[in-house]
Amino acid sequence: MSVLDPTTTTTAGDPGDGNAGVPAHVIEVKGGRTPLWRKVFGTWRARIGGGALLLILLWAFIGPHLYHWNAVDSDGLAFGMPPSAAHWFGTNDIGQDIYAQTLVGLQKSLLIGLIAGPAATLIAGIVGAIAGYFGGTVDRVLVWVIDLLLVIPSFYALVLLSPVFKNLTWVALIVGLAVFSWMVMARVIRGQTMSLRERDYVKAARFMGVPAFTIIRRHILPNVASLLIIDATLGVGAAILAESSLSFFGFGIQIPDVSLGTLLAAGSQSAVTRPWLFVLPAATLVATVLSTSLLGDALRDAIDPTSGANRD
Amino acid sequence: MLAFIAKRIVNYIVLTIVATTLGYILASTTLNPAARFLGRNPAVPQGTIDASLRKLGADPDTPLIVRTWTWWSNLVTHGSLGMSTRGTEVTADIVARSGTSLRLLVIGTLLGAILGVLLGVWNAVRQYRTSDQVSTYLSFAVLATPTFVIAVVLMILATAMNQGLGTQVIRFTGEYTPGVNGFFPVLGDRLIHLLLPTISLTIGAVATYSRYQRSAMLDVLSNDFIRTARSKGRTRGSAIMRHGVRVALIPMSTFFAYSFGLILTGASITELVFSWHGMGEYFVQGITNNDINAASGTILFTAILVLIAGTLADLLYAALDPRVRV
Repeated sequence: MSVLDPTTTTTAGDPGDGNAGVPAHVIEVKGGRTPLWRKVFGTWRARIGGGALLLILLWAFIGPHLYHWNAVDSDGLAFGMPPSAAHWFGTNDIGQDIYAQTLVGLQKSLLIGLIAGPAATLIAGIVGAIAGYFGGTVDRVLVWVIDLLLVIPSFYALVLLSPVFKNLTWVALIVGLAVFSWMVMARVIRGQTMSLRERDYVKAARFMGVPAFTIIRRHILPNVASLLIIDATLGVGAAILAESSLSFFGFGIQIPDVSLGTLLAAGSQSAVTRPWLFVLPAATLVATVLSTSLLGDALRDAIDPTSGANRD
Repeated sequence: MLAFIAKRIVNYIVLTIVATTLGYILASTTLNPAARFLGRNPAVPQGTIDASLRKLGADPDTPLIVRTWTWWSNLVTHGSLGMSTRGTEVTADIVARSGTSLRLLVIGTLLGAILGVLLGVWNAVRQYRTSDQVSTYLSFAVLATPTFVIAVVLMILATAMNQGLGTQVIRFTGEYTPGVNGFFPVLGDRLIHLLLPTISLTIGAVATYSRYQRSAMLDVLSNDFIRTARSKGRTRGSAIMRHGVRVALIPMSTFFAYSFGLILTGASITELVFSWHGMGEYFVQGITNNDINAASGTILFTAILVLIAGTLADLLYAALDPRVRV
C-alpha cells in the first residue's frame, strides 16, 4: 500500500529521502520571527493573487451598495441589451441587470469557497494525523475509507446526493463539498505524520504520558501547518469550481439562491447570441479562482521546502 | 511483481463492490421513483404504482438490504442491472452509451497524459525560461476555468468562425450529423464533432499533468545519478530521457490513478455541454428521473473504469520502478 502513496512527491521528511532531517518549513513556521510574510509577498505572484482576492472580496460585498440596480428588478426599457453605461454587464431577456446578479452570485460563491475549502483541509488534517499517528488497524481502516471515497468521483457522489441538498439550504451543499474533497490531502498529511511521530520531541511527549490527541494537537498539526495553509488556500478555488459545475447542471445551489454557477447556467442558453450573459460572469469566476490559486502557489513556494522555487 | 499486482486488483475489486453497494443504497434513499406518479390528474391508483415499483425492484415494503441483495444477485446471475424508469434494460442502455463515453475518455486521457508529460518535461528542462513562465501562467488560467466554461467558450468561438467563413466548418452539436452517409463522410463528420469536446477535455488534463510532471522532473534532475549518467558520456538528451523521465514518471503513475476521477468528471461535463448521449447524460437523467437502477448502473460503470485505471497505473508503476520487481 505504502509504495503507491501520493506523498512521494510532496513529503519533506521522508526517511529514505536524501535531505533527511528537519524540514525547513518546520523551523520557519515555529520561529515566527523569520520574515515569512515578507517572503511570501516578496513574489509578485502572491501580491497579485492576494491583492486581487482582497479586491474581489471588497467588490462582492461593497459593490452592490455603490450600484444603481439590484439583482431582481427588471429594466423595462432594456431587454437583452449589451453592456452600456447604464448596465455595466448588460441585461438579460427580462431586463435584469447582469452586473448586479454577478455580484450577488459572487458573494455566494465566495462564501461557499471560503468555508468549504478550509473545512476540507480541517478534515484532511485530522484524519491524516490520526491515521499516521496511530498506525496499525486505525491507519488501515482510514486509508481504506479514503480509497473507497476515491472510487466514485466526488462530482458523481454529490450529484447522487443532490436530492438531499435540494431539500436543505445551501449550507448543506458546503458540507457536501467539504466531505468529498479532503481525501488526497489526508494521505499527504498521513505520510508527514508517520515521519513526525518518530521525532525525539514527539517520542518524549509520548513517553511522558501526554495523551495522543494532545500530541496531535500540540506537535503534529503545527508541524504540518504549512501544508494545511497551502491546501486551504487552494481548496477555496477548488470548492468554487466544484460548486459552479454542480450548479451549472442544476445540482448545486437552488432557486431562489444565486451563485456564479446558476448565473452561468442561465447565461449559457444564449451564450452564442448574447455572449455578455455568459462571458462576463465567467470571467469573474475565473479571476476569483485564479487569484486564490496564485496566492496558494506563492505560499507553497515560500513555505514548502519541496516545491520548485526552493530547490536550487 | 505478479503477487503485488494481484493483491492490488483484489483490493480494487473489493473497493468497487463496496462503493457500488453504497451507491445503490444511497440512490435508493435519495431518489423516489414513485414521484412521477404523484400529483397526476386523474390520480394513479395505488396498485399501479406498487406494480411499477416492484418491476423496478424498488418496492418500499421490501427492506433495503434485501433489495440491494436482489440487485446484486440479478447482476451476477443474469448480468441484469434492472429496468430503467423508461422501461428499458439498464445493461442495454449502458452498452449502447458506453462507446460514446469511452471514445471521449480514452482520447482525452491518452492525449492529456502524453501532451502533459511532454510539456512538463520540456518546462522542467527549461526552468524559468520564457516558455516555462508562459506555460505556467497559461496552466494556471486553464486550471482556474471550469470545464463547462471552456466548452461554452469554444462553442462561441466556433460559431463566430463559422459565421465569419459563411459555412459550417466546425459542427459541434451532438456526436454526428444525422443523414450523412458513406464511410469517409461519416468518419470525417464524427472527427469534426470530436474536435471541440476533445479540446475542452484535454486542455485541463494537459495543464494538470504538466504541472505535476514538471515538479517531479525537477526533483529528479537535481539528483546525482543524472550527473553520473552525464559523466559516463551520455548526451544530455539521453540522460534526461533514460534516467530523468523514467524516474519522474514513477510518482506520476500514482497521480494518473488519483486524477482519473477528475477526467471522468470532465468527460461527463463535456458530454453534457456538447449534447452527446453518453454515460454522463445517462447519470444526470437518471437522477432527474428518480431512476435508482440507472444511477446505480452508472456508479458501477464508473467504479469499474476507476478500477481499470488504477490497475493500469499499478502496471505502469511496476514497469517503471525496478524496486517493485521481485
